[in-house]
Amino acid sequence: MSAVTMSEAGTNFAYLDEETKRMIRRAILKAIAIPGYQVPFASREMPMPYGWGTGGVQVTAAVIGPDDVLKVIDQGADDTTNAVSIRAFFRKVARVAVTTHTAEATVIQTRHRIPEHPLIEGQILVYQVPIPEPLRFLEPRETETRTMHALEEYGLMHVKLYEDIAHHGRIATSYAYPVKVAGRYVMDPSPIPKFDNPKMHLSPALQLFGAGREKRIYAIPPHTDVRSLDFEDHPFEIQRFDEPCALCGARNVYLDEVILDDRGGRMFVCSDTDNCESRQADAQKETAA
Amino acid sequence: MDASTSLTGGFADPVFAAQSVFRAVMDCMARPGTIGTIGSEATAPGALGAAQAAIALTLCDADTPVWFADTLASPALSAWLAFHTGASVAPDPTTAKFAFLGLGGVPHPDFPIGTQDYPDRSATVVIEVSGFEAGEPFTLSGPGIAGTQPLSVAGLFPDFRTFWQANRAEFPRGIDLILTAGTRLVALPRSVRILD
Ligand SMILES: [Zn+2]
Repeated sequence: MSAVTMSEAGTNFAYLDEETKRMIRRAILKAIAIPGYQVPFASREMPMPYGWGTGGVQVTAAVIGPDDVLKVIDQGADDTTNAVSIRAFFRKVARVAVTTHTAEATVIQTRHRIPEHPLIEGQILVYQVPIPEPLRFLEPRETETRTMHALEEYGLMHVKLYEDIAHHGRIATSYAYPVKVAGRYVMDPSPIPKFDNPKMHLSPALQLFGAGREKRIYAIPPHTDVRSLDFEDHPFEIQRFDEPCALCGARNVYLDEVILDDRGGRMFVCSDTDNCESRQADAQKETAA
Repeated sequence: MDASTSLTGGFADPVFAAQSVFRAVMDCMARPGTIGTIGSEATAPGALGAAQAAIALTLCDADTPVWFADTLASPALSAWLAFHTGASVAPDPTTAKFAFLGLGGVPHPDFPIGTQDYPDRSATVVIEVSGFEAGEPFTLSGPGIAGTQPLSVAGLFPDFRTFWQANRAEFPRGIDLILTAGTRLVALPRSVRILD
């Protein structure tokens, strides 16, 4: 627990002062009203470095209450240093219950994954976002990208994706694959694998995105149309895995490659550790019964 | 002015009340047409409704000029707002970040709807209605709604459909609406369409 110094956590409920929470709450409401639009907000210093999800942490802090049950994942895992630190932070500053089980959580803060277990009505998924601007790599100037969003000028984005196809025979962008929200704004889904993109479409959960360094908040309301950008002759496709998870046998989930030794030994296992462990526990119960 | 009414009527437990009221408003904004309830009591001088008072305490401060309709405005209400939130009354409708209107109140045409570049710089307008049981039936669709969402509102100003159609036509600009009836509320973000 080096990055999050607990003595700095102070005495405010959920760390932030009330004025800051109000400002973030107002931004969240506007973000929900304009799905996919990046609302600027006055990001605060948090007791953890940028890159540790300070945007997501601020959104969670503005939303969370004493009745919530919080889950925090980093690349699908509940037990990485980052996830453990953020979970411990909210346990301390908001005294909320925490869980690793997706189905038990009311608020899930995530870095780089959407849980495999389907989200339900009433759940809130908070994404940590490093770069909120999907047009940034085409146009570094904020004034220009803002105009492009304002005029719904997304032609360049399509050209870039098409060039990807021309060079690679397929769209090579496999993380932070851009989506169009509610038929209007092109949005960066944060660096989740494009495997997770379809989970955003018509999700019953409320999805909130916080970018701390870049000072932006955006949202996808529940049951909202979220389309990954593609072309008629090159439809959007998610990553496919040839083999099931080596630990739980799951198919149609996102797998991480694990190197076993220095002689090329490797295996593929679930990136979502809670889903994998639950499946292994269920299988054990069945064997015992 | 009666100072006592300005100094009372705030939340008993401001931090947790603001959190729970915000969640009710956020849930309603994320699910247009569904009815939420404010669980934390707040009382403002005059005719400002219970949910309206709670929303003001939860979301308004020195950064948000507040507009009160003539039917609600009073020196006591301005003093109550200033004492509990630090917010001041908007000198004119163009500067309003939040607006509170009484029964039958019509949004001022000069409330900010944001710009094409910054559509978030728009007013949130909170209008008291008489209830969500009877009254005019609406069918809503849009983000936050699976299929369609029925809504009945009694006591809304006449020709609301025409007003909303014009507001929706400005998307992504537009005002966001919160309808309140006592302690209950329904949100209509600008993204919502009224089908019939
Ligand atoms: Zn597995």
